[in-house]
Amino acid sequence: MSDHNAHGSAAKADHVEHPTWKQYKWVAFWLTLITAIEVWIYYTPFKDSAAFAPTLMAMSAFKFGVVVFYYMHLKYDHAIFRRLFAMGLGIALFTIMALLFLFHKISV
Amino acid sequence: MATAVATAGHDSHAEGHGEHVHHTSTGLENRKIAVWAFIGSECMLFASLISTYLIYKGRSRVGPWPHEWGCKTSAAVAKTRELLQGCSPADVMKPILDIPVTSQSTFVLLMSSLAMVLALAAVETKGTPLPAGAGWWDRCLASSKFWLMATAVMGATFLGYQSYEFTSFVHEGLTIKTNLFGSSFFTLTGFHGAHVTAGVLWLLTLFAIDVKRGLKGKTDVLLVDICALYWHFVDVVWIAIFTLIYLIQ
Amino acid sequence: MATTAAPAPGQTPTAGGSYAAGEQTGIWSWLATVDHKRIGTLYLWTALSFFIVGGIEAFIIRLQLMRPNGQVVSAEVYNQLFTMHGTTMVFLVIMPLSAAFFNYLIPLQIGARDVAFPRLNAFSYWVYLFGGVFMTIPIFFGAAPNGGWFGYAPLTTMQFSGGLNIDFWVIGLQILGISSLAAAFNFITTIINMRAPGMTLMRMPIFTWMSFIVQFLLILAFPAITIALVFLQFDRFFGTQFYEIAAGADPLLWQHLFWVFGHPEVYILILPAFGLASEILPTFSKKPLFGYNVMVYSGIMIGFLGFGVWAHHMFAVGMGATADTIFSMATMLIGIPTGVKIFNWIATMWGGQIRFTVAMKFAIALVALFTIGGISGVMHSSPPTDLQQTDTYFIVAHFHYVLFGGSIMGIMGGIYFYYPKMTGRYMSEKIGNWHFWLFFIGMNLTFFPMHFSGMLGMPRRIYSYDVGQGWETFNFQSTIGVMIQGLGLILFVYNFLKSKKTGAVAPGDAWGAGTLEWSIPSPPPEYNFAQLPVVTSRYPLWDLKHPEMTAGLAHSGPDAMTVTDSHATPMHEETEYKNAADLGIPMPFPTIKPLFTALFLVLMFSGLLFIHLDLFPVALTIMIGCAAAFVGSLYGWLTSPLE
Repeated sequence: MSDHNAHGSAAKADHVEHPTWKQYKWVAFWLTLITAIEVWIYYTPFKDSAAFAPTLMAMSAFKFGVVVFYYMHLKYDHAIFRRLFAMGLGIALFTIMALLFLFHKISV
Repeated sequence: MATAVATAGHDSHAEGHGEHVHHTSTGLENRKIAVWAFIGSECMLFASLISTYLIYKGRSRVGPWPHEWGCKTSAAVAKTRELLQGCSPADVMKPILDIPVTSQSTFVLLMSSLAMVLALAAVETKGTPLPAGAGWWDRCLASSKFWLMATAVMGATFLGYQSYEFTSFVHEGLTIKTNLFGSSFFTLTGFHGAHVTAGVLWLLTLFAIDVKRGLKGKTDVLLVDICALYWHFVDVVWIAIFTLIYLIQ
Repeated sequence: MATTAAPAPGQTPTAGGSYAAGEQTGIWSWLATVDHKRIGTLYLWTALSFFIVGGIEAFIIRLQLMRPNGQVVSAEVYNQLFTMHGTTMVFLVIMPLSAAFFNYLIPLQIGARDVAFPRLNAFSYWVYLFGGVFMTIPIFFGAAPNGGWFGYAPLTTMQFSGGLNIDFWVIGLQILGISSLAAAFNFITTIINMRAPGMTLMRMPIFTWMSFIVQFLLILAFPAITIALVFLQFDRFFGTQFYEIAAGADPLLWQHLFWVFGHPEVYILILPAFGLASEILPTFSKKPLFGYNVMVYSGIMIGFLGFGVWAHHMFAVGMGATADTIFSMATMLIGIPTGVKIFNWIATMWGGQIRFTVAMKFAIALVALFTIGGISGVMHSSPPTDLQQTDTYFIVAHFHYVLFGGSIMGIMGGIYFYYPKMTGRYMSEKIGNWHFWLFFIGMNLTFFPMHFSGMLGMPRRIYSYDVGQGWETFNFQSTIGVMIQGLGLILFVYNFLKSKKTGAVAPGDAWGAGTLEWSIPSPPPEYNFAQLPVVTSRYPLWDLKHPEMTAGLAHSGPDAMTVTDSHATPMHEETEYKNAADLGIPMPFPTIKPLFTALFLVLMFSGLLFIHLDLFPVALTIMIGCAAAFVGSLYGWLTSPLE
């Protein structure tokens, strides 16, 4: 299987490395596996424990992360894109948490 | 923000379609910066929708409910069928979310991101001759048309699943007007679905351009890249929705 | 396309034009423009027109409140008046006036030839114009929005507001949101990516910095109100339950979502004016701005913290002690970076050679009046104190001091300051002085007494009050103040219109300022800079013409820049009008497509109204038809080349 990291015109200042087909495959594998695990534990008694929600959120955060860092190649791109995204995501997460607190869905 | 001393203004020769290359402060493309700013903004859009869903969780006065059993004619609510008291079988409302079905659509959407990434890679390496002894799979990998269409098809499949889900919910008595759950659920997933629809149209447009004149070169890579970033973001939002709405009770 | 002969060097603009000789004239050139300078001019004219509309609304309000038991208007009309006054001033005046300056100035200040997406820029303007007209037209049918500029649900749900009034408001705001968002993406990209060589972020003019921060506030705050409005729209048109108390909805949902937007919004309203003042004060003190770094960092802090204080608008709803305390502390904290700016402006003037031009007067007035508004503001940050002040005229006093005394005064200063750049002629200083003093005295006479009537318990949004509560004198004074302001406004309009023909001719460097926009002719040629300059400090023009003024600042020599862009040259002043084609500068094609795309978008949204007229098939036809036209127009736009 040929490696697809020979990029003619894409070898510009903003591309030091680039994810390879192998890495893409691995990301897809982990996404599938973790989703399968998430759905599987939904059907076990673990679903009713207090640790269920945090565990699920952690797994989803991991999936979120690999898609953003590898598929959206935020890991490999110029820092400015990380900052733009972090700003939006940061304010968004803060707002969700603040609203949940204000509506007594979580306690501080 | 760190001070970015202006380095090499990109005075590179015009590529592909004879456009004039402008000086930039960062060496990056305008449209890519705009798309990431857009994605940052969309984080707040979906945060507002998700927050509302979570705020209203458990506050609906009438069913159907996402994970609980309810009754059309009484206020009875229970976690399992057995625990549901005082409801005749004809009036029982089962938990409306269908995890097995939604898991499938989730899987399809996740895989569509893989297809998208391969579409971008195919456009980036367009023109690079295939190595000797390249088989059908290598030819397939190199086909941007194939992967763009594959992504669009998977996106459309996801939308098909969503339509199925929405119509079956309506059949079971949950509409956007029924209760707080219905309103917040359909609005949130509807907005997401609208974003997927826009993405599918965008992909089909790129496919059409690829068929008509071929996608090749720096500008076309950029066009596919910004579509890809949008597409992955829509996927990532679904990851959050699937967990927070479907899996967590 | 009108063509004219190439102008001679130093030739003054064609009569009545706010654009350089050699450019197209006529209405088509304005409808199809993608030039940031023209778009800025369009924003300016439209916003000033809405300023007059909002001012008339204020005037009628004050006539009604002049005396106890006023009979000038009914309660229903009064509700429409204060709703439209607030909505107009916030969304159709101050934000677009800021946008006028963003458009006109940002590319000039950073040494760019246009914004990143010129056609998107035009689109933003047309959406604003059509959206503003959409929102204002119901006045003529007696159906103007009447739920307050903040439209609290459940009051604005169908149950309590069944007419079309709120529909116009909800749909109008959605439309305007699209305009602001599109522009924000444009300016973020422009500022990040299109600065002249040598213009690092920390060398940008403060106006550009403040504008940069504002764009981030826009893209992160508007989605919250978009969703709040979507929920209200869906409730009103499709029967959802988001704000239906009977279904278990929370009456605070709207308030939280609205103020998550609303608080950053007030920083969106003030920061551009802060930026303008930060350009005017150094110029007329003949000194660089004191504490540039701090001004930037405090602006960033204000923007960032601004997302964490919104519930200080809700101290009276019963959120609980923890929530009240957290938001109270955050609000007090945000006063610090704001206060720091005041001191920096004063320090800028201290020891300087002050020239009291009209623009300078307005800028100094901003410093003084905003401080007063800030002091009342910090009083509200304490929940116990706010419980007395909230919903009284004390709050009205506060926000008019910061919005009129701050934003409007700053923007007026900006208009006097940049008018010569935009038109090639100075506004009359004589009339300007009258304008300034009438505004200054009138404004204080209107709003200072409101502190007292507010403290004495006069509630907001009441259409009349009875005798004997101690409010009469203050209300009377406020109304006289408004009349004085009105005179000032008339003089301003006269000055604005007249000076284009009869004002003294202004050179490129009209005031002896230090930033890039003053290094090109007034008005600028369509290509802005014949040759992009290499920037060597924060005040590149002072570097060139008055190096002694910037001797204390950090510099870099032109050879320190590894510039390979063959169009850039060392810092220079340009005084001639040339031809873009001769210079080899590709200009974007004018196109009417952004206008049509905007029009179809607005028409699509307005189709919703027909649902409430019991004409559902008509609504559907209009929405689907216009959506298709919108998409078609958009495709046409996206598939045609920019230049």
